[in-house]
Amino acid sequence: MGAESSLRDRFERGLAAPICLTWELTYACNLACTHCLSSSGRRDPRELSTEEAKSLIDEIAAMQIFYVNIGGGEPMIRRDFFELIEHAVGQHVGVKFSTNGTRIDKEAAKRLASIDYLDIQISIDGADAATSDRIRGVGSYDAARRAMDNLKEANFGQFKISVVMTRESIEQLDAFEALALSYGAELRLTRLRPSGRGVEVWSELHPTLEQNRMLYKWLLARPNVLTGDSFFHLSALGAPLEGLNLCGAGRVVCLIDPVGDVYACPFVIHDEFLAGNVRAAGFGDVWTNSSLFKSLREPGNPGACTSCGSYDACRGGCMAAKFFTGLEMTDPDPECVFGHGETALASKRVTIRPLSSPDHSKRVPVALSSR
Amino acid sequence: MSIDAFDALQNWQLSEQVSLRDEAFGALAYHHGNRRLVFLKSRELVELVRRLGEFDSADEAISALAPADQRDRYVTALASLHRSDLLNGR
Repeated sequence: MGAESSLRDRFERGLAAPICLTWELTYACNLACTHCLSSSGRRDPRELSTEEAKSLIDEIAAMQIFYVNIGGGEPMIRRDFFELIEHAVGQHVGVKFSTNGTRIDKEAAKRLASIDYLDIQISIDGADAATSDRIRGVGSYDAARRAMDNLKEANFGQFKISVVMTRESIEQLDAFEALALSYGAELRLTRLRPSGRGVEVWSELHPTLEQNRMLYKWLLARPNVLTGDSFFHLSALGAPLEGLNLCGAGRVVCLIDPVGDVYACPFVIHDEFLAGNVRAAGFGDVWTNSSLFKSLREPGNPGACTSCGSYDACRGGCMAAKFFTGLEMTDPDPECVFGHGETALASKRVTIRPLSSPDHSKRVPVALSSR
Repeated sequence: MSIDAFDALQNWQLSEQVSLRDEAFGALAYHHGNRRLVFLKSRELVELVRRLGEFDSADEAISALAPADQRDRYVTALASLHRSDLLNGR
């Protein structure tokens, strides 16, 4: 255990390159999910060109970043999507990409199945169309299921079904598990963050304390369910969940957005967490020299959590969740399992909740079924 | 794919499916096939793993590269890497 915690200290001081690099390929999206982390919808005219994207991949390969998590927007909307992912895997950079599945027809499924080092995460937000479509829009659940059917038919192998835990979806854990089993898929659960458009729905949709306790026990009994280290704030309840159990922002994690801006993590697309742009001197320069990242690699201040015996387990929780609910970095996580976050939120006379700075939402959401 | 126990008297090498990236604490190892990420927690272990293929057995590699009083520690570390499928017989 001693060795493990010293390794975690080491991670908190930053690594030569990220372990987990997320790259949002485009802000364009054919859905308009209410909790979208990147407030996606419309393509940004400044998005990286194919050539720029390829040289970024070359740099990622040279930095020995083993894989890149590709998202968006809907990454498959980019015309050069296959060209880019084939360029990446050709250089041994694995690709894990998140998609709403709408573009995975039979032909695309076959092409995806032919690529090595490729992982696919298909997002749904409920185990039935009614629940999922309330978040993701009418027709989105059926489209995701068609994508899963097509991948299965094309013998893609094991894909992932990815679900954000909301007050509604968290009640369907067993149904998600059964759905994943029926496809031979892996289940991936992630935390609802008050980021992007999520800032508008977080108060109503984030799980209750009771639900979070139930989720913790459910996950503890199922180490094969993936979480992307999402729920480390729940590790304060006892034995740590699978993963590094720390806030990786700017330390082991970061985000490159479609225009090449580098943010500390996928959940803080906001000026305050903008470290630089890859168009200046490349990604490596931002990762190594950004003053923001250097400050994030300094030892954290436990602040209000100093006297809590569980600080070593949860490290004060998620930076993004605090920031976008109007809490200070030294406050507890808004979903602190002991309720300290709720107390902190209630004690703020005025909570100023910052909006995501770049907003690419469509002005009028388009229902998928009308396309 | 070998699930046999790790035998330090056999020859071993780092799997060609594995990439190593040096870090201040040692290295990160990533297996592109099973997607496992493993931490090598000392520079000495990284050196041993990189050069394993030059020796006729893991034992010989350890004798040449690691302090004599730490042999068991290194055998344990290699056995654990072997369980994660990072090492191949030649």
